[in-house]
Amino acid sequence: MVCRPESFRLSPKSLAGMTSRNTETVKPPQAVWKGEGGKMALMLSGDWKLGVTPDITGDESAPWPDSFDTGQLGTFDSTLPAYLLRKLRDTEVENPSLEGLRDDLRGLMELALKVPERSEAKSKADEPHGISRLGMRSSRAWLSLMAFIEFTGETVLSILRFFTGRAGFRARDFWLTVQECGAGALPIVALISFLIGMILAFVGNVQLASFGASLYIADLVGIAMVREMGVMMTAIIMSGRTGAAFAAHIGSMNANQEIDALKTFGFNPFDFLVLPRLFALVLMMPLLTIYSNVIGILGGMLVGAGVGIPPQLFLTEMLTTVDLTQGSLGIIKSVFFGAAISMAGCFHGMRSGSSSAAVGEATTRAVVASITAIIILDSAFAIIFTILDI
Amino acid sequence: MSAEQPDPTAKISVRGLTMAFGSFVVMSDLNFDVREKDIFIIMGGSGCGKSTLLRHMIGLMEPKKGEVFYNGENFTAAEPAERLAFIRRFGVMYQSGALWSSMTLAENIAMPLEEHTDLGHREIMDLARYKLALVGLSGYEDYYPGQVSGGMNKRAGIARALALDPEVMFLDEPGAGLDPLSTQRLDELILRLRDSLGSTFVIVTHELASIFAIANHSVFLDTDIRTQGATGDPKLLRDQSENETVRLFLNRGETPGPTTTP
Repeated sequence: MVCRPESFRLSPKSLAGMTSRNTETVKPPQAVWKGEGGKMALMLSGDWKLGVTPDITGDESAPWPDSFDTGQLGTFDSTLPAYLLRKLRDTEVENPSLEGLRDDLRGLMELALKVPERSEAKSKADEPHGISRLGMRSSRAWLSLMAFIEFTGETVLSILRFFTGRAGFRARDFWLTVQECGAGALPIVALISFLIGMILAFVGNVQLASFGASLYIADLVGIAMVREMGVMMTAIIMSGRTGAAFAAHIGSMNANQEIDALKTFGFNPFDFLVLPRLFALVLMMPLLTIYSNVIGILGGMLVGAGVGIPPQLFLTEMLTTVDLTQGSLGIIKSVFFGAAISMAGCFHGMRSGSSSAAVGEATTRAVVASITAIIILDSAFAIIFTILDI
Repeated sequence: MSAEQPDPTAKISVRGLTMAFGSFVVMSDLNFDVREKDIFIIMGGSGCGKSTLLRHMIGLMEPKKGEVFYNGENFTAAEPAERLAFIRRFGVMYQSGALWSSMTLAENIAMPLEEHTDLGHREIMDLARYKLALVGLSGYEDYYPGQVSGGMNKRAGIARALALDPEVMFLDEPGAGLDPLSTQRLDELILRLRDSLGSTFVIVTHELASIFAIANHSVFLDTDIRTQGATGDPKLLRDQSENETVRLFLNRGETPGPTTTP
């Protein structure tokens, strides 16, 4: 039913006002239910129109009428058959009588009743409530977790198949993905990293300047970029950019039955779709991270120059703390982040339903899942690095 | 013949097949045989599980109960690696064409050939061009699926299904959405391929004109009784089937009497 504010609804009165200008008369719609001698009769009259509230009397708990009187009925639109159909559904009569209905109305009613209501279709639409809903959600979450574990296992098997020469994908797919998620990401990674480097330097300078220790912003920017910010920012950009693209691409291939087509031509969709994407991102993430680190440090250097630290001095000071060990930490993490992003993207793409809405949902899930995974992995690395004292 | 045993002379035997989504049973206890060089139609009202049956027959879905046999060999119980040997002899065309959207039409047809044959690039491209010509798409080799119309996608899908000269072709609604002339050309193509290559066709459709023009065997899926309504030559079923729904379906609901002749 369409709900509208009351003021928009035409009342019979306002309609009467309108018709006084027109010459034709519109009669207010009316339905009168009358029970006489154990027989129910329904008298329909007036002009039934969408937006005109009909004047109905005596229909509460009345059974389906045995006869109709449509002698006074004027014109009608879908309102009238819809009203009758609702009454029919409420009274749950089998083989309802349509006796006395005017032919045009009777024709529409017969058409609507021709194919009986499918009882299983109705029960399917029943949504679970309360406890059963909670149970359903939990079991769905559990199944989803199981599916991800299965997916991880399948990934490992697929990698093994690849290295024993039994899994194949098109080299072109791999290089296209490399181009897309590598070179294609350079501008945005540069912009974000440069700004992050500058922000770190500015924020650091505010505090350090009060001790007269502005020079140490070089160490601050260097360490923060190579250990955390460079890899983190790159990973978050790649989740939104590439992880989402993986999910959308694989999801729409699924919706378009392209994955079925791969299967029936004897291709393993896993080897064919997941492996090239996984390899491409795992290869590109470390390179992008190094790039991001360098650009971020340049951003810090620019701010440093602004507060009176010459670039040469900045670099020398930074290199006293940022050594190869520190520099490698972010790069080690980036390999894992790359695997997490591509697996989340491919997993949600492969599981996507077959409608366009489902593909959109899969994309959202992929981005949320990969960003969550990145943060969790990063915390785990922070703990490990603390224990290892690096 | 017992219900569980396949007919060894049949190309495809379906025995006691029950299809279900979870606990929702779509169709139960389907039994039919498809012989070599048959043009076999899976028909029924919309939403009755025609495409689902096709997906069961090619192994994309697992039956709840029952088995599918090819040449008397059990396909349903086969190991994944053994299944691959069956699948290589199939050609499948999907409802929307399902061409790989990142490849041109010619590359779509070339890909199965590259994977499953030792042919050189030139020969593969020649074959791809020939298959596209067969379905009336000469000159469209370098177009991407997104650049041609839905009907062309469909025809290219058939060309791809033909790529490996399969023994059994599965076509999911090949005529839907095509203009009458293209549909007629398609029917002719199917008949010619059957005659020249000896392929067996399993076709999901509800286009009566095509059904009567090409089919010699069929199964009707009846949603009311949730199993097959009838199986046999559709031309005979039209007039002689004992199932009223089948007769109504094949006569467009016009002549429900069992003895009426056109």
